[in-house]
Amino acid sequence: MNRWILTTALAFALAAGAPAAEAKNTLRWSSQGDALTADPHAQNEGPTNSFNLTVHEPLLYRNRDMKLEPALALTWKAINPTTWEFKLRQGVTFHDGSKFTAEDVVFSFKRAQMPSSDHRNSLDTIADVKKVDDYTVHFVTKAPNPILPNQITQIAVMSKAWAEKNKVEKPQDYKNKEETYAVRNAMGTGPFKIVRRDPGIETVLARNAAWWGWKTAQGGGNVDEIVYKPIKNNATRMAALLSGEIDFVLDPPVQDLDRIKRDPKLKVLEIAQDRSIFLGMDQGRAELRYSDIKGKNPFADKRVRQAMNLAIDRDTIKRVVMRGLSAPAGLVTAPAINGYTKELDTPTKANVDAAKKLLADAGYPQGFSTKLDCPNDRYNNDEQICQAVVGMLGKIGVKVQLDSQSKTLHFPKIQKRDTDFYLLGWGVPTFDSHYVFNFLYQSKGSWNATGYKSDNLDKLTADMAGEIDAAKRNALIAAAWKQAKDDVVYLPLHHQVIAWAMAKKVDMPILMNDQPQFRYAKIAAAPAKKNN
Amino acid sequence: MIAFLIRRLFQAAIVMLTVALISFVLFNYVGDPINAMVGQDTSLQDREKLRQDLGLNDPIPIRFARFVANAAQGQFGLSYRTAEPVGRMILERLPATLELSLVAALFALCVGVPMGVYSGLHPKSWVSRILQAVSLIGISLPTFLIGILLILIFAVGLGVLPSFGRGETMKLGGWTTGFLTVAGLKALILPSITLGLFQLTLIMRIVRSEMLEVMRTDYVKFARARGLKSRAINFGHALKNTLVPVITITGLQLGQLIAFAIITETVFAWPGVGQLFVTSVYSADMPVMSAYLALIGFLFVTINLLVDLLYFAIDPRLRTAQAATRAA
Repeated sequence: MNRWILTTALAFALAAGAPAAEAKNTLRWSSQGDALTADPHAQNEGPTNSFNLTVHEPLLYRNRDMKLEPALALTWKAINPTTWEFKLRQGVTFHDGSKFTAEDVVFSFKRAQMPSSDHRNSLDTIADVKKVDDYTVHFVTKAPNPILPNQITQIAVMSKAWAEKNKVEKPQDYKNKEETYAVRNAMGTGPFKIVRRDPGIETVLARNAAWWGWKTAQGGGNVDEIVYKPIKNNATRMAALLSGEIDFVLDPPVQDLDRIKRDPKLKVLEIAQDRSIFLGMDQGRAELRYSDIKGKNPFADKRVRQAMNLAIDRDTIKRVVMRGLSAPAGLVTAPAINGYTKELDTPTKANVDAAKKLLADAGYPQGFSTKLDCPNDRYNNDEQICQAVVGMLGKIGVKVQLDSQSKTLHFPKIQKRDTDFYLLGWGVPTFDSHYVFNFLYQSKGSWNATGYKSDNLDKLTADMAGEIDAAKRNALIAAAWKQAKDDVVYLPLHHQVIAWAMAKKVDMPILMNDQPQFRYAKIAAAPAKKNN
Repeated sequence: MIAFLIRRLFQAAIVMLTVALISFVLFNYVGDPINAMVGQDTSLQDREKLRQDLGLNDPIPIRFARFVANAAQGQFGLSYRTAEPVGRMILERLPATLELSLVAALFALCVGVPMGVYSGLHPKSWVSRILQAVSLIGISLPTFLIGILLILIFAVGLGVLPSFGRGETMKLGGWTTGFLTVAGLKALILPSITLGLFQLTLIMRIVRSEMLEVMRTDYVKFARARGLKSRAINFGHALKNTLVPVITITGLQLGQLIAFAIITETVFAWPGVGQLFVTSVYSADMPVMSAYLALIGFLFVTINLLVDLLYFAIDPRLRTAQAATRAA
């Protein structure tokens, strides 16, 4: 009898002890939308890149301050104006145990340049990628490209052997009738590997113990398992965080932040993002499409643009619309981006009287009417920002009719130049001003719907693309920004400030590109006994 | 009978085509899917080329004909958003929706019928009055609000039930089920109550009014006069006669439950077809939207057809009416 009790007690003790011995640090998190595909080159979209770069690695990482640091490449330098040399890290293995070499780098970049790759535009300056030896790669560019290292931080390196074995040498093509193997499977060298993936439902990643970086500045985290489940509904996502079912929410709704801050178990991290929100006006055409002024275009007059700039009260937008979550801007590019200066970014102070006077000087004492196109599902509180702007412009006599729509309807309007006045946000993945001028300011820029055309700025943009000398190049960028700002091409509103909400036991730095880096994440050991 | 069946099938096909056509035309106004498919730095030429490749520039009739031809072969193409086969995306999420709808329907029946019987038998009691008041709330409160309230109370407040998802699921062949794990069953509770509440109140009200009517009929009076036990009268005779309309309504409502699970699925992040549809609308993912609507259309047409056939089998008047017209 006694022995029986003893055995039972022992069995229980063992059973109780067993899970404690293999206690895992599991990070459960959620956001609105899942990654679209596990194919690292098929889509160039925030959450998708973020997921793929957890499983794969780029040649260069960005650190907590968005500065470049070694990942799969150890060193990088320009050996002549059109060649960049990358020395690769040795002893790195893929998740299947195979060795990582220069072959994989060459293969991955060629793959990312294919027509069906969504990343090919950021690589279009590259003429060739050559293997020199097993751990040296040369990138040959069509013209001198000073910012090539900045352009490749989102390009994942995948296993060549694996891709060939599974016939996924090409990224998924929409014309294809069949899904490729890479949509749901991946083979990278990243800090985490895929255990299970049901797109849109649940993704489970496990720590890659063999990852080279756990003990370096690039790593340091202690997470063993990541469980991701998307929750589309804002209230439900918040409820899951509040009830402790998840530990981290990437996109908490702005209106709930105060409540999270009050919760003793939760915390909120905030940072200004690399995305700026601004208004564009079609100043190029002879007559506006949606205005009561016929025969001329009020936006073509710089004084009108200045007046509108003065009419907008950015501090009020920050306080009322954004609930503090914005950094009022004077520039359509954010801090940490090469070319940004605090001085240029000083926001214009609202001054209704000065604005009215400028408008009268321009010949519109009674103001005029126009239509503002606005997305309602793309940026933080985008529709409310537009509503506030409409009211502010109304004060100086510019009567604005607001047309807010889904992004699937809004963006085509900008691209087809079918808008007089619009709201847009712009992120800068290269962290260099050239990206902004190239798309938003140069006369052929694919997102420049302002009709703004300046030969000088076009030339500056072309020059900065090819200038290798950093000092000269920065002088070009400074000159371009000065002109862009003087000409009031856009009306900058603010830099979007992002917030992440997480349990206090999770220690993970917030990054301004909104891509969580779980390699940094630490989970504090649970307290021995709960006292609540 | 055969002629009847053929006629009904023909009508069903026309309904399906109409549903497909309307949805197809509507989807041309949800916007340009290209933006959801490529990154912001994709050039205009590349966008135009992709649009051309996908046939998005073709006139609507041609695209519609292509869609119907492919759909008839069970080909719904690849999703514009994730490049996965649409058919598989839907099939993978269908079990979640069907399990949720089934549990919600059972909940509505098992709770609604007794409530209806009770308030039909004792229309003046205070319990019946409370039930009536509660059912009014069930009918008038919108689903998403009920869902959020339940989450607030049971997940955030009491912390006893999960606020989202299916919990743990197990794979049985191609079917994922939440019925076999404790976490899966717990995860079913809140969403199925939310989804089933409206049907519950509907069933309760129908049973109640039917009961009130049946209790006044002669055969109930005679049964009582004969000295039968009241339980035998209430459940053996009265309830049995009220159930015909209840079963009809429940059958039709099952289609509704599946189709309108969209809101409940969104609130509870339930990984079913409804949520898939909502996500697809946001990115103008036309292949998924078309396939979903075709599926729902098919579901309703099938259920209606089955109900019609059942009537034909059950109700002798329908058959005699036909025989009469043939004779005339």
